[in-house]
Amino acid sequence: MNEKRSRSFYLLAAFFTAYVLFLYGPMFAIYILSFQGPDGGLTFPMNGVSLVWFGKVFSGSGIVDIAAAFRRSLQLGLVVMVLTVVLSVSAGLAFRRSFRGATLLFYVAIASLIMPSIITSLGIALEFRLLDDFIIKSGAADWTTAMGLFTSGLGAHLTWTLPFGLLIMFAIFNRFDSRLEEAARDLGATPWQTFRHVVLPIILPSVVGIGLFGFTLSWDELARSSQTIGPVNTLPLDLQGLTTTVTKPDIYALGTLTSAVSFLVIFLALVVILVLQARQRRHGSDAGKGLV
Amino acid sequence: MQSKGGQGVDKSCCAITAIHPSMMQDRKTFVAWLQAAPMMLVFSVFFLLPLLLVTIVSAWDYNEYEMIPAFSLRGYSDTFEGCIADLPNLCTILKTYLKTLKLCLLTWSLTLLIGFTVAYFLAFHVRSKTWQIVLTLLCTIPFWTSNVIRMIAWIPLLGRNGLVNRGLEGVGLIRQPLEWLLFSEFSVVLALVHLFTFFMVVPIFNSMIRIDKRLIEAAYDAGATGWQTLVNVVIPLAKPGIVIGSIFVITIVMGDFVTIGVMGGQQIASAGKIIETRLNALQFPAAAANAVILLGITILIISALTRIVDVRKEL
Repeated sequence: MNEKRSRSFYLLAAFFTAYVLFLYGPMFAIYILSFQGPDGGLTFPMNGVSLVWFGKVFSGSGIVDIAAAFRRSLQLGLVVMVLTVVLSVSAGLAFRRSFRGATLLFYVAIASLIMPSIITSLGIALEFRLLDDFIIKSGAADWTTAMGLFTSGLGAHLTWTLPFGLLIMFAIFNRFDSRLEEAARDLGATPWQTFRHVVLPIILPSVVGIGLFGFTLSWDELARSSQTIGPVNTLPLDLQGLTTTVTKPDIYALGTLTSAVSFLVIFLALVVILVLQARQRRHGSDAGKGLV
Repeated sequence: MQSKGGQGVDKSCCAITAIHPSMMQDRKTFVAWLQAAPMMLVFSVFFLLPLLLVTIVSAWDYNEYEMIPAFSLRGYSDTFEGCIADLPNLCTILKTYLKTLKLCLLTWSLTLLIGFTVAYFLAFHVRSKTWQIVLTLLCTIPFWTSNVIRMIAWIPLLGRNGLVNRGLEGVGLIRQPLEWLLFSEFSVVLALVHLFTFFMVVPIFNSMIRIDKRLIEAAYDAGATGWQTLVNVVIPLAKPGIVIGSIFVITIVMGDFVTIGVMGGQQIASAGKIIETRLNALQFPAAAANAVILLGITILIISALTRIVDVRKEL
């Protein structure tokens, strides 16, 4: 690799730029269009600039109860995030030693990741339907359903977020210097102290990354939720429903708001990660600098 | 690697403190098992058991409004209805699967081509670590935003009065708006590529970043052209990433019903959509039978791909 940039660099750089435009261009089109004037339609040109369509979303006129769906998705996303972080870190620690069923758990996680979502969704729906039937047959005549946001819906989301969490943990521990733990143990730290004061601070930036995946994947999840969410809808499900009925830019306004939440979460996570990394560098140990 | 070294040191430490090594080891595996148990539990209840139930219920009977727990292959026979009677014409299910495979193949080749090129640029042409992180992040951020919104986003561009049609009319290339731009197979493939190229970029980049740069220099020194280096050095070494990315994209597209639904204007049939339709009609055994068929085909494709590479080794 010589110092001067070759011609292929410029070709590839142009290709990459085109790809990034392809990724972001359409999204920004609807962010702009959500500020359409009151008489504006679904396409360009802009017919004035206004916040009318955002107002429509908030007042809920015409559209289903978006504010409620918004709250539900937010709550579910936060719960999924916390569970994804806790379960992934815990399992990630387990994988550093060998335990019975380690290979099985690994393959199950991969299978869950690549399983067509509709099959997972159908399976969970069936499971809860059979459970309901069983409960009703057992005598609870006024039983409606065990299916819901925080039962079947939560489970469905976890089958999607946990594999990502586990794979990130693998990536972390592949690079982890276990001599640090040994040093802590040699200095008399208990396993919990070793984890709390040595391991956790080092892996924390990546753990924040797991949280980011947990929340955003749940916030936007659609295919696995479709059959498992019960009587109420999450935000993406409502959005999908609106694609066939709505002919006004309020759907763009809703899309812009939904994305704004995603971007806010991404931004916060990245800031936290950067701050943590900077702190590590500042307070960082002299590890890796050799013996003096 | 490092953890293995660590275990070796562990044993020596335990011998010093005079605790029997095997006891210590048992305790450790038990703790590890406890740590992994919650995740295993979630997968058991929400993944393994549901899959088992899908398989069982696929062989149940059903009527218009409920499933009947009695053995019947009606779910399967209904699915393949007319497949023999209609010969030589293809029955609905075969046509649907052919269409799904076609969409899958198109999406796979496009995502592979784009994903490989993007990963190649990031891995070999971006020299500073910081830039590599920033540009990778730039490719990842859309993945953290909503798929539905990224689909809707094509409407103002591809619609009858969209930017593309306006533009083409403006320069006089077409007189009437192109109808096949939106709610067509074209828009489905476009959206699938748009949404899922990310799943190719990440594993391929991951494979490429581990390629020893000296190998490439050696190839150049030995007189290989850029193209020869690409074909004989980079592609073989990036194969694991290519296979993993392909598995992702193929399984996603085979089971997709959301993108095909929204971008196909709910008019295009696919393997995933059949299941959804059956579910909406509350024909659970039929939906389950279709899920088993889809699963079978997906497993076939994956096992064919994993023959090429040991996936576990690459993670």
